Amino acid sequence: MDYIKAFVVGGGICVLGQILIDKTKLTSARILVLFVVLGCLLGGLGWYDKLVDFAGAGATVPLPGFGNLLAKGVKAEVDRYGFSGALTGGLKSASGGITAAIVFAFLAAVIFKPKEK
Amino acid sequence: MNNKENKNNKEYQKLVKEASPDSPIFKNCLKAFFSGGLICCIGQFLMNIFSTYGLVADSRNMLVSVILIGLASLLTGLGWYSKIGKFCGAGSVVPITGFSNSVTAPAIEYKKEGFVLGLGAKIFTVAGPVILYGTLASIVVGIIYYFVG
Repeated sequence: MDYIKAFVVGGGICVLGQILIDKTKLTSARILVLFVVLGCLLGGLGWYDKLVDFAGAGATVPLPGFGNLLAKGVKAEVDRYGFSGALTGGLKSASGGITAAIVFAFLAAVIFKPKEK
Repeated sequence: MNNKENKNNKEYQKLVKEASPDSPIFKNCLKAFFSGGLICCIGQFLMNIFSTYGLVADSRNMLVSVILIGLASLLTGLGWYSKIGKFCGAGSVVPITGFSNSVTAPAIEYKKEGFVLGLGAKIFTVAGPVILYGTLASIVVGIIYYFVG
């Protein structure tokens, strides 16, 4: 059952992205930014966590899930450290994903040659 | 002159639209739905495995993301991700694997311009904006949360 939920919700979020690409000519970089920011704002309202509870990886794997992570992190830091948490929480919670992305990218760039187009 | 050009341009766009084969948007959406759903199912599979090892939700989700990011990086290096992406459309852009691809692809491509201003700078071509605006959004959320609770 959790696979069906993950499939439908995750696929649905991708369909939203596809509609935006086809209808508005938004580049994929803008889609990435838009979805992360949207996820962060929805996470700030506490709505995205409900989707995570329902759909599991269907909500955490798409990029709004990454934005939600930022929001969750910032809220937890504000709870712990007060106002300064608003500055430190976001990147702290996202650090795992960002570090993984740039480290793997670096390794791939060292190992692989660019492909001829 | 400018106006006329604009008008011609608009008419041309209209002609292009009419001449194009029936809008592929529905087909694209189906592809995005199935490929994106499939990637999320792989994530769910990893999540379920880590759950049986008793990892708490936060570190479990982080590990799932890290593995998917690593896989996407590898596929990008092999030149497969862009091939998959041509079929999947948004299904390969919107999941975290798309973020990984957008970090890895320019890093590989600009390695020839050097490790600092080539690879080092271009690795943030897409990651930079995502981190910038994500961080800004998180600060807004944090300040509002501080005052509103």
